[in-house]
Amino acid sequence: MSHKTVVNIGPFHPLQEEPECYSLYVDGETVVDVDVRISYNHRGIEKLNESKTFDQVPFVVERVCGICSASHPLAYIQAVEEIAHVEVPERALYLRTIVNELERLHSHLLWVGLAGHFLGYNTVFMWAWKYREPVMDILEIATGSRVNYANCKIGGVRRDITEEQLKEIERVCDETVGPTEMLTNAILDDPILHARLKGVGVLSTKDAKEFGAVGPTARGSGVPIDVRRDDPYAAYDRIDWDVCSVPDGDVFSKAVVRLLEYFEAVKIIKQCVKDIPKGEIDAKVEDIPPGEGIGHVEAPRGETFHYVRSDGSNRPIRHKIRAPSYVNVPTFKASCIGQKIPDVAITLASVDPCYSCTERMCVALDADTHKPVYSFKDLVRLSQEKTQRMLKEW
Amino acid sequence: MSVATTTQAPLKGFVGEVIEQLGGAVVDVQCCEDRRGYARIDPARTVEVAEKMLAMDGCRLATATGIEVRDGIDVMYHWAIEPAGVIVTLKVLAARPALAADSIANVVPGANWIEREMYDLLGANFRNHPDMRRLVLGDTWPEGVHPLRRDFDQIKDRPPLPPNQTPPDIPREG
Repeated sequence: MSHKTVVNIGPFHPLQEEPECYSLYVDGETVVDVDVRISYNHRGIEKLNESKTFDQVPFVVERVCGICSASHPLAYIQAVEEIAHVEVPERALYLRTIVNELERLHSHLLWVGLAGHFLGYNTVFMWAWKYREPVMDILEIATGSRVNYANCKIGGVRRDITEEQLKEIERVCDETVGPTEMLTNAILDDPILHARLKGVGVLSTKDAKEFGAVGPTARGSGVPIDVRRDDPYAAYDRIDWDVCSVPDGDVFSKAVVRLLEYFEAVKIIKQCVKDIPKGEIDAKVEDIPPGEGIGHVEAPRGETFHYVRSDGSNRPIRHKIRAPSYVNVPTFKASCIGQKIPDVAITLASVDPCYSCTERMCVALDADTHKPVYSFKDLVRLSQEKTQRMLKEW
Repeated sequence: MSVATTTQAPLKGFVGEVIEQLGGAVVDVQCCEDRRGYARIDPARTVEVAEKMLAMDGCRLATATGIEVRDGIDVMYHWAIEPAGVIVTLKVLAARPALAADSIANVVPGANWIEREMYDLLGANFRNHPDMRRLVLGDTWPEGVHPLRRDFDQIKDRPPLPPNQTPPDIPREG
């Protein structure tokens, strides 16, 4: 008879942008079932927003996630603009595009670095984060803050970007392309990374559709959906760019999608800098009529979805927020089962949850010996050792 | 907002075609625009409609929203259809006093979490849900208290603190 053990990853864990608990049911080294428990840090933002005015809500929702802090406010603002039928000035649409794509640049580099770390490739981590830093700096130049940009407002954007700043943005983007290309080639040509990532954590096209996966998780599984192209917002329909999609569904495909998207994002930013028209940046919206609206935005991790209902007062009576991880995380039920424990860390990381939390976690104790079964450090160590072992064998 | 006060919007374009495919299950079309559609469906045929929607090309469940209205809890399933970039919202009323609706989580795995969330926050009861446990609120949260209800009082309905824990020191204003 097989002996099944529960390995808890979480509730507090650096793999997740919020504390979550993954209970892996393992038989030997193989995962046979996964149970996920979320919302240890439920902040009640939806409830809170019912007591904020329409103009105050963007400042609350950009704090939903520290990495998607341009996407959430934009999705909310588009929902409200849909209710009020606002015509946003052209220049504001371009400015929104630039900030949202800069966000994608830094988010994808962050993921590549951390994926490298989990596999025991700390050089990748050091490089990726080094090139992420100038991107954060130009976000500060453009919006005034490295993290919570407060860039958008209902009807336009809060502040303009000057010609000099636009030039600086273009220069930094150009500078990061060379090193990122080198990094991309180093990653995509590495036989060990192929061995570690190919065929690991496969999410099939059918599962991706049934679970409603979004963003690079879906595009890595051959589901070429992208809100920027399908339901264009900001200036994406005025710009020439491509949706990156890979059919295999494994962790490697998701890495490829993100790396290719980096270069598409640079392409989008450069076109915006070149084509941005002069003019107003704010439509000066006064009243929000009764009605309901939906705004969705392609955040770095996938579609972020906001539903807003107004009753004609100055506050939303309902504001529903659905972040991309909410639909991507349940796909572990399909992608982790059958994996070995050392591969689970990277499979969990492959949907790109972000890493801002402190490393604290529950430890599963063996019932007989009262000794820990696996700590998170053990999982990272196991994953890194597997790479080392393969390096030696090659 | 109740069912009777809405008016039937004319079906047109791609959104119109999608709603038309659902046939008699649609009892009211509230809005039919280029990229957005809002329709109310027959509560008895929720599961059948969900199956039909998921079978459509490029259709996925984006999420669902629950909102408390006069007659009960309105459950709105937001279906995204790509590459047309369309979102069709299908509304089902979980009427008072039972506040019950059929769960679609058995046919659409992506609806599992959001239905559990709506149970937690609003108290909508989903029949035949495969795994109805708490998702968003803590396991010690009192039964029957739902924070997104209109009558929820943040002071009065605050859940009791766990044992051995003292209330936080809240600084007084002024």
